[in-house]
Amino acid sequence: MIDVKHLTKYYGRTLAVDDISFHIDAGSVVGFLGPNGAGKSTTLRILTCFMPATSGSATIAGYDVFKQSLQIRGMVGYMPENVPLYPEMRVREYLMFRAALRGMKSKQRSLAVDRAAEKCWLVKPEDMMRRRIDQLSRGYRQRVGLADCLLHDPKVLVLDEPTIGLDPAQVREMRNLIRSLGEEHTVILSSHILAEVEQLCGKLIIISGGKIVAQGTPDELRRQVSGPSRVIVELRGGQAEQMAKAVADVDGVRDVQHSRAGNWTRLTVQGAEDADLRQDVADLVAAKGYHLRELRREIGSLEDFFVQMTYEQITRD
Amino acid sequence: MRKVLILAKRELSAYFYSPMAYVIAALFLLMVGVIFLWGVRVPFLKIELEPVFRSGAESTLRPLFDVLAYGLAVVVPLLTMRLVAEEFRSGTIETLMTAPVTDAAVILGKFLGAFVMYLFLLVATGIFFTLVVVFGKPDWGVAGMGYLGMVLLGGAYISVGLFASTLTRHQLVAGLIGIAILAFFTSGLYLVVLTVPAEYAQSVAKLNMITYFADFSRGVFDTRGLVFFLTVTAFFLFISVKVLESRRWR
Ligand SMILES: Nc1ncnc2c1ncn2[C@@H]1O[C@H](COP(=O)(O)OP(=O)(O)OP(=O)(O)O)[C@@H](O)[C@H]1O
Ligand SMILES: [Mg+2]
Repeated sequence: MIDVKHLTKYYGRTLAVDDISFHIDAGSVVGFLGPNGAGKSTTLRILTCFMPATSGSATIAGYDVFKQSLQIRGMVGYMPENVPLYPEMRVREYLMFRAALRGMKSKQRSLAVDRAAEKCWLVKPEDMMRRRIDQLSRGYRQRVGLADCLLHDPKVLVLDEPTIGLDPAQVREMRNLIRSLGEEHTVILSSHILAEVEQLCGKLIIISGGKIVAQGTPDELRRQVSGPSRVIVELRGGQAEQMAKAVADVDGVRDVQHSRAGNWTRLTVQGAEDADLRQDVADLVAAKGYHLRELRREIGSLEDFFVQMTYEQITRD
Repeated sequence: MRKVLILAKRELSAYFYSPMAYVIAALFLLMVGVIFLWGVRVPFLKIELEPVFRSGAESTLRPLFDVLAYGLAVVVPLLTMRLVAEEFRSGTIETLMTAPVTDAAVILGKFLGAFVMYLFLLVATGIFFTLVVVFGKPDWGVAGMGYLGMVLLGGAYISVGLFASTLTRHQLVAGLIGIAILAFFTSGLYLVVLTVPAEYAQSVAKLNMITYFADFSRGVFDTRGLVFFLTVTAFFLFISVKVLESRRWR
């Protein structure tokens, strides 16, 4: 459905997106995840034809975002971050205007507005549709923005940080809504919050510093990210170096680091990909007569990975 | 074309929602009223204009229009400064330009919206013209040409103001740029004509909007004037479209 190849974008001389490529299938919910300034919004702006890339190509349903932008704009619904709206308009008036811009005839327009308003819970305080947009709360503005994207029943929905600034109840509603939209539409959303995209999205694209650092389903990523398994052991009863060496000689152990933890020595034991070294380490400890305080296996979480990515970028800057 | 109308309608209704537009309209009508009933006298600048509406005066709005041609060079940019600058400031440019509309349609729609607003202001001067009709016998031909001149001049001014609004995200800056460009095309050129060598002076003078407008306000229909104003309007609309395109390319 969406094909991006070697996309690069410079703002003047700042590189915002650096040679990224990915593919998105029709009918999936895809999350763009990355720290501030990673280039998420920039990528989404290019996909929605707001601005052209410096180089590379992007197509949606076979249409090129640079050369056939009007076709693409007709079938994509885009909610920019911060949801810009005309403050002086009324909700219904705004949605009617947007529907007209999308080329709908007046009867169809009314229907489309009612349908979208209902989907986005804009019907509830009864006068909601008649309120001025600058008097709405953040959450309701967000809903108006989302309703606007849904007016023309787009094939592709692009939502830039759809849940930012919402209270927990609204976040949950928004997630449910996005999940239900994912059944009929292809949805691309961006976020800083791993937990959110992990729940919502069938596919994650993690970007940092303008580059894709990992992509795949949450499960794939978790496997990819955790890498070789680690066992953490805390023991005493010998010299730190000696104990480390003894553990390092165990079959299947690739590397051992030691550090102090009070009176105890902490060993971080690296094994092969799916190995579980707990049993072997325990046997060794028993054989040597060391005292054991802790023995656990650690699987790197996606969260760790993500934080690490973010951290690396901050230290690089 | 339908989308141009839709955009124009939104632009026009934005005027009616905004207090700024009412302030400008009030300012404009106050200006017209003062010129009409009391005249303008600034001894310091050697400007002396009798009230347009006085016994024994020729029954025409011509002196009023002649002053307005200068006054509008300030009023129109204030009216148009919001058009594109505000879209960039508030970020709505992003929703606007990701809807299936072309840059040209956006510019034309905004122009048309502002133009209709301007026509409303012009129609409001009809109150004063009515007084002229009631108390005198105006030359309808001259009056008609005067209004035609005002319409053409307004179109050109609006396209300049709209162009200025595409250049920046700050309304006030856009307003000032618009006023500066128009001040140049109305008054500044007199100075240029005085300073350039004589052989160029004539061609430079041909760029002055006021010269062409003066023909209309005298009641003379001049094709050259018509062509001039339409060309200026089209030119500034064209470069507005180009600037709007290029701003997103950066
Ligand atoms: N209009 C612009 N002009 C110049 N530089 C820009 C512009 N917009 C973004 N950038 C730069 O491009 C880089 C990527 O920005 P982008 O907005 O795409 O990040 P993001 O991933 O959406 O971040 P956030 O999570 O904060 O929204 C940043 O370094 C930013 O400073
Ligand atoms: Mg962003």
